[in-house]
Amino acid sequence: MNVPLSWLKDYIDIDLSLEELARALTMAGLEVDSVKVIGLPLPEGERHEFKYSGLAWDREKVVVAQIDEVMPHPNADRLVLCRLNDGLQEQVVLTGAPNLYDYKGQGPLPRPIKVAYAKEGAQIYDGHQPGQVLTTLKRAKIRGVESYSMVCSEKELGISEEHEGVIFLDDDAPTGMPLADYMGDAVFEISILPNMIRNASVLGVARELAAITGKPLRLPQRRLPADGPSVVGQVSIQIQDPAMNPRFVVGLLRGASARPSPYWVQRRLRLAGMRPINSIVDATNYVMLETGQPLHAFDYDHLRQRAHGQPPTIITRAAHPGEKLTTLDGVERNLDPFTTLVCDTEGALSIAGVMGGLESEVTPQSQTILLEGASWNFINVRRTVASQRLNSEAGYRFSRGIHPALAQEAVQLCLERMAAWSGGQIAADLVDAYPAPVVDPVVELPASEVQRVLGIELSAEEVAGLLRRLEFTCTVQGDIVTAQAPAHRLDIGEGVVGRADLLEEVARLYGYNNIPAVRLSASLPRQRRNPALEGEERLRDALVRAGLREVATYRMTTPEREARALPLGAVQAETPYVRLANPIASDRTVMRRSLLASVLEVVERNSRLRPRLAFFEIGPVFLPNPEAPLPAEPVRLALALSGARHIAAWDRPEAHAMDFFDLKGILEAAFNELHLSDVRFEPTQHPSFHPGKCALVRVGERVAGVAGELHPKVAEHYDFGAAPVLAAELDVAVLLSCIPARYEIQPVPVFPPVLEDIAVVVDEDLPAEKIEAVIRAAGGKLLTDVRLFDIYRGDKLGEGKKSMAYSLTYMAPDRTLTDQEATQIRQKVIRRLDQELGAKLRS
Amino acid sequence: MTDLPILLQNLTSIQEQALAELESVQDEAGLQAWRTAHLGRSSAVMRVFSDLGKLSKEERPQVGQNANQVKLALEGAFNLRSDELRQAALQRSLQNERLDVTLPGRAPTLGSLHPATQNLREIYRVLGDMGFQVYRARDVESDEYNFELLNIPAHHPARDMWDTFHTLTPGVLLRTHTSPGQIHAMREYAPDPVRVILPGMCYRYEQISARSEIQFNQVEMLAIDKGITFGDLKGTLNDFARRLFGDEVRTRLRPSYFPFTEPSAEMDVECFVCGGKGCPICKGSGWLEILGCGMVHPTVLKNGGYDPAVYSGFAAGMGPERIAMLRYRITDIRYFWGNDVRFLEQF
Ligand SMILES: [Zn+2]
Repeated sequence: MNVPLSWLKDYIDIDLSLEELARALTMAGLEVDSVKVIGLPLPEGERHEFKYSGLAWDREKVVVAQIDEVMPHPNADRLVLCRLNDGLQEQVVLTGAPNLYDYKGQGPLPRPIKVAYAKEGAQIYDGHQPGQVLTTLKRAKIRGVESYSMVCSEKELGISEEHEGVIFLDDDAPTGMPLADYMGDAVFEISILPNMIRNASVLGVARELAAITGKPLRLPQRRLPADGPSVVGQVSIQIQDPAMNPRFVVGLLRGASARPSPYWVQRRLRLAGMRPINSIVDATNYVMLETGQPLHAFDYDHLRQRAHGQPPTIITRAAHPGEKLTTLDGVERNLDPFTTLVCDTEGALSIAGVMGGLESEVTPQSQTILLEGASWNFINVRRTVASQRLNSEAGYRFSRGIHPALAQEAVQLCLERMAAWSGGQIAADLVDAYPAPVVDPVVELPASEVQRVLGIELSAEEVAGLLRRLEFTCTVQGDIVTAQAPAHRLDIGEGVVGRADLLEEVARLYGYNNIPAVRLSASLPRQRRNPALEGEERLRDALVRAGLREVATYRMTTPEREARALPLGAVQAETPYVRLANPIASDRTVMRRSLLASVLEVVERNSRLRPRLAFFEIGPVFLPNPEAPLPAEPVRLALALSGARHIAAWDRPEAHAMDFFDLKGILEAAFNELHLSDVRFEPTQHPSFHPGKCALVRVGERVAGVAGELHPKVAEHYDFGAAPVLAAELDVAVLLSCIPARYEIQPVPVFPPVLEDIAVVVDEDLPAEKIEAVIRAAGGKLLTDVRLFDIYRGDKLGEGKKSMAYSLTYMAPDRTLTDQEATQIRQKVIRRLDQELGAKLRS
Repeated sequence: MTDLPILLQNLTSIQEQALAELESVQDEAGLQAWRTAHLGRSSAVMRVFSDLGKLSKEERPQVGQNANQVKLALEGAFNLRSDELRQAALQRSLQNERLDVTLPGRAPTLGSLHPATQNLREIYRVLGDMGFQVYRARDVESDEYNFELLNIPAHHPARDMWDTFHTLTPGVLLRTHTSPGQIHAMREYAPDPVRVILPGMCYRYEQISARSEIQFNQVEMLAIDKGITFGDLKGTLNDFARRLFGDEVRTRLRPSYFPFTEPSAEMDVECFVCGGKGCPICKGSGWLEILGCGMVHPTVLKNGGYDPAVYSGFAAGMGPERIAMLRYRITDIRYFWGNDVRFLEQF
């Protein structure tokens, strides 16, 4: 909402600077986004809380002037010479403004034209360049005539984009007055909160300002008599559903003639962001901006024609099935059955509260104007606005709720303004159908509630005093304030809700920043553990320590993107997804099911950037639940590694590419940190992974997920580097469920260990896990560590054999082991390896 | 009979000769060779010991004593010389082994937490110190929890504040804020007091640009109890702002509107870049908009299972990514989910 300062001053005295005013409005909830200055000086100094833009007019060089005669240019048809008086002297000024051509060669004008005149050296915007380009007026010869000054358009003065002709000021503009003094202004761009639609008008802002500053509000006064024949009997109104249309008021203006509105009206409309049309339409828009009540003007004679010469009947009703209406913007609209229409006996005239129909619209020829001011159910209007995708100033206001009391006031005010600017005679009376009068809520607010919720101690009288500033009608009895909402707002509720609404108003007027801050005095609620979060965070830390970077990806994807993580043909056609009804982009249509697919995309994105890539993400996937509307959201961990095992240095070349065992080592390190016991990697098959390099990760009895080297056929779906990609996707809940509630540590040994190496020859396909298990079982408690340090294959061993070399540590907690004891264990280990696995000691 | 004086004389010359040779030893190898030659098993002095048996009972003590003195003297001299040489060698190596300390170090393979996680943790820590505990809720939510129960009925104009992603299941949407967690937490804990942090990913139907994202984290705090006031809200937020932005930072509240709180406010903190003097980060205003907050609306309290005539509470919500953008001068919000290592490595 754009509010010109000059207009605001019609209703309230303002002695604040621009900055102070912007701050006062903002701190009351009318947030000022920017201030556009029109001719006035911009605030000085470096620091401004608000954004300012605009052009200051030099008071000496930009003034009101009058053109006394328009003369033809001797050498150019499209230029004229103006005999102009700037209050100090008379001069001849050259201009090409088309709106001066009409006056060419008429001799001295009986009524001088008042204009905005910029003298030599004045800074204005260049009217011939797009946007706002500053220029300084200099002396020049144009077609043999000297030119050094200019009669200005709105664009040149930074008022609007208008550059069709020069500004014709109103006749009462005082010649010679600095233009900034005559019509300097500032436009406040204000964001209106959804519950403050009552302030979406100049009067609404003034009203709020009156409440904040304590200055009196000057409501517009009736000036013109309504002495024409009464409107009663000239039109009747039928409201079919008062819930949808609580009030419908009409008034009549006879003998009007549309003409350009006074310049100050046009300027205000433009500053507020609307286009001036003619004095009739402008009056409806002006009063809407002024009061917040949208109005609609019908051509009464046309309606009477439709009613076959009889007084027309206005009917408001829901649209019929299949009903259509062509609106003012020329669009034929299919109407929804919930949409309310304004009709006559012949059919629809306009979409109630949103936009008029093309056919019944006032035209510049209309003489008898039927003016509608109505109130509509805001939820219903909102549905229509959304369904028709039709944004209008009226729809914006009505869809947020306009108090029915405004309808009558605005119709009266508009008739007066219309008559003042268009001529004509206002018909006496109004036809007012008000079948569902609003009862403004009465709310009881004990002062103790102010203390309980806001934490400030105010007497009931003080509370009432604050509310009265906002025009609440208050009575005080003991501790209790009984307040009735003023007849211009619909945002105050009943009962406890109404109390909260009043508390907000009390806080706002008291000033949020005057309420003392205190530290929470309520006792600390019972504290609770959050094992899932704690576990996830431990897992994150463990993986970071293992050298992985955490990533966080979009949770929206497409089935096609996720299918890249599978070989062609492995995709199940009917994978259920949580699908978006209104995806914003074709590459974000569903909620992800696979975290791995997201992390692989991160590897792809970075594949050319770093020689070593190691990523993980912990986050939910979304699995539709056939039994319930809401999906399951299990948390997954996905890892992906690719490239060099360590980072190269100037004396250390790049390492080998990471392989399965790097992935496994990282997982093991992380699992160790979580004290997960009984973790096993079992060979398995999974379509995403290399069939020989893929493991099922089992923790105890539960399957946590899979880990392996990506299948080459999957890898080729991505733009990866040459190195293999190792990846895993694990269920975090399974991992965390296996974290022991507590664990015990081993005492630090006091006695020295006996170290020994053995190498055994076994069949190639014997898993290492089994050998180690036999060694540990045979070694018993005194064998404290078993570490594989070498695998050897070679001709000497024979086909299908491998030698596995282990380093064994023997240790007793209570004594130094003797060589004989160590030898005994060793022999038992060798014997059992032979018996159980056919493993032979390698000599 | 042996000639005792000659034997003793020999010992003296063994010592003199060995000491003389030791003088000319210059390195570790020479030192070891000298030790083998003069203190080894077959050295002259050790031979004297092994030949002691051949001497008479009377001669043995004196020869043995003398030989021992020679051995001790040689050992002492050896240790001395050994020390001297070691010191000299150390000196030489200290002189010679000079690095170019300006060469780059070898990088360890470190991991890192995503900046969003780092931000969330920082907020958890600060709020955790004030007794707020994390309570998480789902991403895919019902219209009822995301809107209805939060005092945002269908077709209410307040719904315009959230551009919503809907799913194909009617009444199921992607949460537009973490506030549904308010209802979940209240319904779980009522009538106990509540002091929770509600974090999580939220979604808005907005064109992705440098300034706006379709998904973003939000963190809310919610406190419900008897006697919680707007003053408590201010005090808590001030403490929070000081912990996050500096002990001296100033804050202010501006009236605002959220359907689930009343009174509602936006909190600004004094720009931590310029200290309030005005800079490009705060667009010259000296203030940064950090969070929205307010007293929990009576309808929401009721929907959560608390009697609004007895209980009161406050809620406040912020966007950690937005705060991170201000703090680290991140110019493009898309960096967060873009996961370019050149971004991630900087945290
Ligand atoms: Zn700043």
